[in-house]
Amino acid sequence: MIDFSSINSTIDSYLHSVLPAQVATLVECAIIAVCAIVAYLAFAIVMIFMERKVCAAFQCRLGPTRVGFWGLLQVFADVFKMLIKEIIDIKNSDWALYTLAPFLVIMSSIITFSCLPFDNGLQVLDFNIGVFFIMAASSFGVLGILLAGWSSNNKFAMIGAIRSGGQMISYELSMSLCILTLVVLSGTMQVSEIVEMQRGGWFIIRGHIPAVIAFIIYLIAGNAETNRAPFDLPEAESELTAGFHTEYSGMGFGFFYVAEFMNMFIIAGIASTLFLGGWTPFYIPGLEGFNEAMEWIPGFVWFLGKTLFVVWLLMWVRWTFPRLRIDQVLVLEWKYLVPIGLLNLLIMTVCVVMGWTL
Amino acid sequence: MEMKKPVIKSIPYEEFKDNETLEALIAEINKERTNVIVGKLDDLINWGRSNSLWSLTFATSCCGIEFMSVGAARYDFARFGFEVTRNSPRQADLIMCAGTITHKMAPVLKRLYDQMAEPKYVVAVGGCAISGGPFKDSYHVLNGIDKIMPVDVYIPGCPPRPEAILYGMMQLQRKVKVEKFLGGKNRHQKPGEMHDGPIIVTNHPIKKEDEQ
Amino acid sequence: MMNIENIDIKEFRQKMLDLRATGMDFLREMVGMDWNEEGLGVIYILENSATHEGKEVAVRTANRENPQVPTMSDIWQVAEIYEREVYDFFGIEFTGHPDMRRLFLRNDWIGFPLRKDYDASEAINPVRLESETNEEIHREYDIAEEKQLAELVEKMKILHYDQFVINIGPQHPATHGVLRFRLSLEGEVVRKVDIHCGYIHRGIEKMCESRTYPQTLAFTDRLDYLSAHQNRHALCMCIEKAMGLEVTDRVQYIRTIMDELQRIDSHLLMFSCMAMDMGAITSFIYGFREREKILDIMEEVTGGRLIQNYNIIGGVQADITPDFAAKVKEFCNDQKQRLKEYYDVFVNNVILRNRTIGVGVLSREDAISFGATGGTGRASGWACDVRKRHPYALYDKVDFKEILHKGGDCYDRLLVRLEEIVESIRIIEQLIDNIPEGDYKTKTKPIIKLPEGQFSASVEGSRGEFGVFIESHGDKTPYRVKFRPTGLPLIAVAQKIMKKHKVADLITIGASLDYVIPDIDR
Repeated sequence: MIDFSSINSTIDSYLHSVLPAQVATLVECAIIAVCAIVAYLAFAIVMIFMERKVCAAFQCRLGPTRVGFWGLLQVFADVFKMLIKEIIDIKNSDWALYTLAPFLVIMSSIITFSCLPFDNGLQVLDFNIGVFFIMAASSFGVLGILLAGWSSNNKFAMIGAIRSGGQMISYELSMSLCILTLVVLSGTMQVSEIVEMQRGGWFIIRGHIPAVIAFIIYLIAGNAETNRAPFDLPEAESELTAGFHTEYSGMGFGFFYVAEFMNMFIIAGIASTLFLGGWTPFYIPGLEGFNEAMEWIPGFVWFLGKTLFVVWLLMWVRWTFPRLRIDQVLVLEWKYLVPIGLLNLLIMTVCVVMGWTL
Repeated sequence: MEMKKPVIKSIPYEEFKDNETLEALIAEINKERTNVIVGKLDDLINWGRSNSLWSLTFATSCCGIEFMSVGAARYDFARFGFEVTRNSPRQADLIMCAGTITHKMAPVLKRLYDQMAEPKYVVAVGGCAISGGPFKDSYHVLNGIDKIMPVDVYIPGCPPRPEAILYGMMQLQRKVKVEKFLGGKNRHQKPGEMHDGPIIVTNHPIKKEDEQ
Repeated sequence: MMNIENIDIKEFRQKMLDLRATGMDFLREMVGMDWNEEGLGVIYILENSATHEGKEVAVRTANRENPQVPTMSDIWQVAEIYEREVYDFFGIEFTGHPDMRRLFLRNDWIGFPLRKDYDASEAINPVRLESETNEEIHREYDIAEEKQLAELVEKMKILHYDQFVINIGPQHPATHGVLRFRLSLEGEVVRKVDIHCGYIHRGIEKMCESRTYPQTLAFTDRLDYLSAHQNRHALCMCIEKAMGLEVTDRVQYIRTIMDELQRIDSHLLMFSCMAMDMGAITSFIYGFREREKILDIMEEVTGGRLIQNYNIIGGVQADITPDFAAKVKEFCNDQKQRLKEYYDVFVNNVILRNRTIGVGVLSREDAISFGATGGTGRASGWACDVRKRHPYALYDKVDFKEILHKGGDCYDRLLVRLEEIVESIRIIEQLIDNIPEGDYKTKTKPIIKLPEGQFSASVEGSRGEFGVFIESHGDKTPYRVKFRPTGLPLIAVAQKIMKKHKVADLITIGASLDYVIPDIDR
């Protein structure tokens, strides 16, 4: 397997040799920022295209076929269009907040995105409280949504935003509980270490029952976090026309649109990191030849494969289930998922203390 | 740089009807010379716009059901890039006016049109939206939406078949392709069509002597 | 020919109360009339929901300036909305009515369009592009004391300033067209619903008055385009009955089969739209997938997909195609398999069950009082199927079950529709192999004149009883045509049962009631 950290340190030492230390750090920051944003956009385009094709497949349709080969350029066309679409000033809106809101959402999403370990060493932020940081960074996106709804001077947007506030803050809880369960199992909060520990076996297998429960709750909560059906109440097309982003046009809307897809990618990425071993290959103990062959597949392929699989699961759910009602969403969280999550955390702790893990 | 004729992938250029209108538009645009880079950029923008026409879900009657059919599995307009129908006028690129527009609905339609972000296009679907259709002499029907807003494409029929709607959408794609975003006039709107105050519209054409 | 009893306006209310006491609990129709010199009036068509006996009464008032008739809205709940319609069209004010506003037209509309002396000129009512203002206060006609006025006005305000009022519609993805709800919310809970119709009011009834009988047929398809066949069947039947024309057996078979195909088509669309409104987009596409197959069959026979113009006076427009039977049978077999899929993917889904069971409950008494026929009434346990109550065409010869449910909630309303698809397939299967030979139409004169009198006919449309009322004065054009909209009572129902539910439930209820707006507004 390639260790990207060696490449990183080579670049780092080269920059330090030609530039003064502070400038070198600055240049590195700039390079990384550009890389992260480009990767973010690239994945956004992949995700949107995947969503179109996957949903078309579920619905006995073809999806985009005319723009580029097999419709591959469809999303680029959408992006070009959205970039030059008029941005409307809303009368009586809170201009500052209205403009700020989409940036908050996309910032939260990009920061979380850069914590994902794509491969060994291919990770922007990796420090000892990585998991904690991911949770913190992902949760200020809700602020952007609340502000968007509040500042638009639109009642639909307002209802959407309030719904989203209630929903996202609630589901943060059970998402965190699931992540904590895994932290108990791994004993560390550093993302790279968590992945490294799974070389011997993915956590979903090593943590057996409690890990599987945590995985399922995590997927449900993650779906709710990203505001996708069956939890798409903040947007709820058929109820609130477009929910909190009703008044946004052009790229303002584009940011929300992209962030929604990328949040799904991030949720799936975290799931694959914590539960499915991140970039570590699949091993079967005892089969040396098989394990050797698995080693040859690069780490980021493993990571992306697992992540896109989880994304596919989320899309399957999104296009099949009807939408929940706001009280049912909250009942599901506070009466079922949180208690189960707490109990699950306890079980996991007992398992770890008693050494009952695989 | 000269603007060439708009070719789209689905149907050969020659097989479209009413190419004359488009050619007239191209000739008008070609009157002013354009920089090559700006021209190429314009081509790119037009390519993006024409392949990503998101329509507002707007339907008043029968034609709306056919519009739903176009979105469903058999006809599937997602193939052409009309994938997403937006419910908020701010995010829509075109308004498919499917169905009869009555006196009570006319201000609502006008308002929806005004709420849309530029560039915006209007497609009049069905006899009623074009001219009032079978309800032309009713006391409560607007005889054609072009009385209150500029219309880009008319799709006749009562209701038009899904194929006709797709064809109309392709015509709109071609029309979008002969626009000039940079350094040119984007759209031609007659004065008075976009003014804000209340305007009174009559169903009957204003007679010559009234104008004088 | 109907036998209408005229009642004097002074004892009218008492007579109506007596009729109600004798069991006439279903107000089928209220027809506003303008009899020129004989004044304005209203015809009430009543029915006993237990014995299916009918009774028609009329009331007249000679005062054209300020016509007044006592209200019936406290006797039959549906009268509240019917009376608003009559007020809108004829200017007849109903004393004691709680909410006397225009129903369809703008509140700044001048004149009453269905009166015979209405001036339809552009100068009086131009197309106004300024938005309509909301009338905030009901009009009330028997306020006794002036000092109570201020207090009463406060009480009668439709929606108060301090309430959180939102508009759903007229352009909204879940109103199935252009309907407008003004909601007063408390958090997410709906406190009051104020429904505005008329955004697609095309004045079809008025236009019929200047058309010959064969020409009026064209409008029926455009009323409720999802029961185009049934609507046209009703009008043809009414005219044929009035002319004394007997159609051949072959026509009856074709009409019955086409009606049932149309019913399946409509119910599939209802399933699809309900799925879409609740966010299950895939189920929406599934419903449409099967619907296309019906449209194929219809297109082959009639030439149209949605608007078919198939029934004509004395028969049908064109004979069925030779492979019609084979195709229909193939579709029926296929559809039975597909229904299972719908249950798997949508109907038995736990989220759907939670969202719909116990939501928007309509009791049987209310269903009758509101005249909510069709699937909505049957989901509440009211056996209101016209095909059983007053069999027409071949419905007395075929064997089918009237689907009844007890719950009256959204889930039952969905189930009724899906189970009716099965029954419709059964009806088709009984008929499709036995279509007799014969003429597919009876020759009629190019100009049809009906004898003087009032005629009515009704059929079971896709979403309830669709009735036609014609008053003829012996001309080649009708004097008055009234269509009983299947959806208008449903709107009245919606206004009642949406209260105290959440906004999301409002959408579900709307979808489950399955109204089609052009049919309400006409």
